[in-house]
Amino acid sequence: MASRLRQPRTAGTYGRRLLVVAYLFLLVIWPVALVVQKTFEGGLDNLQTALSDPVVTDALQLTVVVALWAVAINTVFGVGISLLLVRYDFPGRGVLSALIDLPLSVSPVVVGLALLLAYGGTNGTFGPALQDVGLQVAFATPGIVMATAFVSLPLVIREIVPVLHEIGTEQEQAATSLGAGPWQTFWRITLPSIKWALVYGVVLSLARALGEFGAVKIVSGNVAQQTQTATLVVEQKYQDFEQGSAYATSFLLALIAVAALVVVTILRPKDDTDGD
Amino acid sequence: MTVDSSSLAPGTARRRRARGTGAPLTRSSGIGLGIALTWFSLLVLIPLCLVVIQSVDGGWTTFRETLTNPQTAAALRLTVTQALIVTVINVVMGTLIAWVLVRDEFWGKRLLEVVIDIPFALPTIVAGLVLLSLYGPDSPLGVNVANTERSVFLALLFVTLPFVVRTVQPVLMELDRDVEEAAASLGASRFTTLRRIILPSLAPAITAGAALSFARGISEYGSLVLLSGNLPLKTEVASVRILTYIENGNEAAAASVATILLLVALAAIVLLQVVSKWVARRG
Amino acid sequence: MGIEIRGVSKNFGDFVALQDIDLSIPSGQLTALLGPSGGGKSTLLRIIAGLESSDSGTIEIEGLDATGLPAQKRNVGFVFQHYAAFKHMTVEKNVAFGLEIRKKPKDEVRRRVAELLELVHLEQFSHRLPSQLSGGQRQRMALARALAIEPSVLLLDEPFGALDAKVRKELREWLRRLHDEVHVTTVFVTHDQEEALEVSDNLVVINEGRIEQIGTPDDLYDRPASEFVLSFLGPVTRLGNTLIRPHDIDITRYEHAATATGRITRWTRVGFEIRLEVTPDDVLHPDPVQVIVTRTEATALQLHEGAQVWLRPRAGAETVVS
Repeated sequence: MASRLRQPRTAGTYGRRLLVVAYLFLLVIWPVALVVQKTFEGGLDNLQTALSDPVVTDALQLTVVVALWAVAINTVFGVGISLLLVRYDFPGRGVLSALIDLPLSVSPVVVGLALLLAYGGTNGTFGPALQDVGLQVAFATPGIVMATAFVSLPLVIREIVPVLHEIGTEQEQAATSLGAGPWQTFWRITLPSIKWALVYGVVLSLARALGEFGAVKIVSGNVAQQTQTATLVVEQKYQDFEQGSAYATSFLLALIAVAALVVVTILRPKDDTDGD
Repeated sequence: MTVDSSSLAPGTARRRRARGTGAPLTRSSGIGLGIALTWFSLLVLIPLCLVVIQSVDGGWTTFRETLTNPQTAAALRLTVTQALIVTVINVVMGTLIAWVLVRDEFWGKRLLEVVIDIPFALPTIVAGLVLLSLYGPDSPLGVNVANTERSVFLALLFVTLPFVVRTVQPVLMELDRDVEEAAASLGASRFTTLRRIILPSLAPAITAGAALSFARGISEYGSLVLLSGNLPLKTEVASVRILTYIENGNEAAAASVATILLLVALAAIVLLQVVSKWVARRG
Repeated sequence: MGIEIRGVSKNFGDFVALQDIDLSIPSGQLTALLGPSGGGKSTLLRIIAGLESSDSGTIEIEGLDATGLPAQKRNVGFVFQHYAAFKHMTVEKNVAFGLEIRKKPKDEVRRRVAELLELVHLEQFSHRLPSQLSGGQRQRMALARALAIEPSVLLLDEPFGALDAKVRKELREWLRRLHDEVHVTTVFVTHDQEEALEVSDNLVVINEGRIEQIGTPDDLYDRPASEFVLSFLGPVTRLGNTLIRPHDIDITRYEHAATATGRITRWTRVGFEIRLEVTPDDVLHPDPVQVIVTRTEATALQLHEGAQVWLRPRAGAETVVS
């Protein structure tokens, strides 16, 4: 019934639409547009200055490396734990399912503190032992990766789990009955079904990973050209009154995050808004 | 700490229960579970437990002293108050935005879909910078909230925007139009239908979104760094207090504030669950 | 009185859902709107209920002009195919909803709800949630909910469409009995001709946005106004140059003044009846003719696959020449 989608348009409809658009315009659209505008105020100068500054380029490089590691870890872990949570039964499943969302509610600063308490080089619980075997976690890349993985951990899982519930087990059982092994079933049936949810989760994780600030600030030590990530550079440049560089770096970070989101929103098959 | 994901998708949760439990663990899935749990414990559970332990390590004295410190108390109060106000606004505006995105049809709607996700995707430090450009000293609107309490409010409003929208939207999509028509044919006005039929169905989703939004609000740090100025007793939030304590090497005090934040988030989530149940039943 | 529909048209974009419909639905009777899916019958029902607005025309319900009235003010009971249960309310609350909207005193609401639940045999389920009921029970609850407001007309949109065959049959008989008790003007939409023939006092056949024929079930079955009505109300086969129902064909093993002769090329037994396909020897009409006989007839006539048979319309059979 195509007709059901159409509702009579009243003054209320337009009022609500106007309110929502105005709200989003003032809160998000205009401010973001201003940053873009400020980045290009002097043409491409800001971007050129920023990209010729080794502090910025090193930080960007570190950020990308860290984000890729964190996203890779979270993707593998996320798919695995989602399958376990949805398809298997084991004691404590409910508790685990609730705990998975924990990182979303924890302040990045607390994340940093927690990792420091566990992996701090001198007085962390595991830090000294790890250092003895030659692995420095805190104030080094592994620590930054862990902090980043921590904050973006639930994102993949939150996207996949509902879809896994939705598709049910029938298709997988059908594949098994046709002689597919567990791996074949996973690659050829399960994975294609959760593909878009997974891509969306990965993109959200990537955006979150590129942008992590608080947790990284604490565990990284924030040493320029060594453990300073892009977001930390933004803060430093802004406070050092190199606002052009701060805006340019922000723009680059935002660009990657928003571009990834836009691409996924466009590519992802449109959800059925019908509700049927 | 946050709500069980089942409350985000009531439909699937019901189906899950109806279908019964999954398969028992096999050998390989058991190993997988072991690896996953080890990683999860090393990354999340153990470090967080260490925070809680640290906070009471030196007895309750550090804990009490930290909380009675006027600067810390003020920071906690500011954080919780602003997060509460922002959550209330998000409940109203988030539901409204979700409604418009689902029920209305107009040019540029898909653009708004992306706009909703921007605060989530944008690095928090950039979020602060973004807000500063419109609501800072050089504001083209002539509104300067930098270094005031308002800046905290604004930053939290920005970063928590997606939560209620994104939890309510799917539930609203699945909501059966028939049900609203049934209410109308029984004589219910639009408002009655909204109050007694639609809102009770959305309540769990709104609650889940509100809980996420509040939890995110009290833990926000990055977006405030450039915007609020971190003025003690005025615009300093709990996360900044923790950072200051860490920088001063006072990990016990930092852990105390962190534990309080965790407890507040937990309390909020439990409270919201209760409220949601009440709203849903009252219909 | 009853429902008077005059000149109602409705388009969805360039799709014509209803084209200038004139229809009087008599008071106190059970009328079925029958037709294929997408034929416009649901749209007509929704226009009567005020859930859809017509592009032109007027609707009068029990003498009252309802054309401009919103659904809330029409006092119609509407039952949906997928129940439209208020999921967060108990059965009792669901049924009480319309009465509470009308601000009836509490004890009256309670009494009336109890009455209705008894009427639909759900007394013992009053405190359950809809999710704890079967499909048939949910639909009975929806019916009680619609009847609670003492509607001037009761409208049912494919009410049994989502139920399985057995429950559907039970509910159908039960609706008929219920209507004999309550006597509210009832209109129900269905695409199932058996359902329509069995339950309704009057039938309105709608196809492609137009009314094909109006009449009692007997009228329509025996005197179809068009090929469409004939074929929609039951199985049809072609014998010579006429259309006829397969059970209206007389089949014999000996030669006589038959319309057609041929061999039995297919034999399907379904319970007591046997469905035959006879391929005529006639080169002008070579398409197989469907014939239905009972098992006893088949035995008596010694029919079997491959047998040569002669076919003609039975005395009094309805046919349409085409």
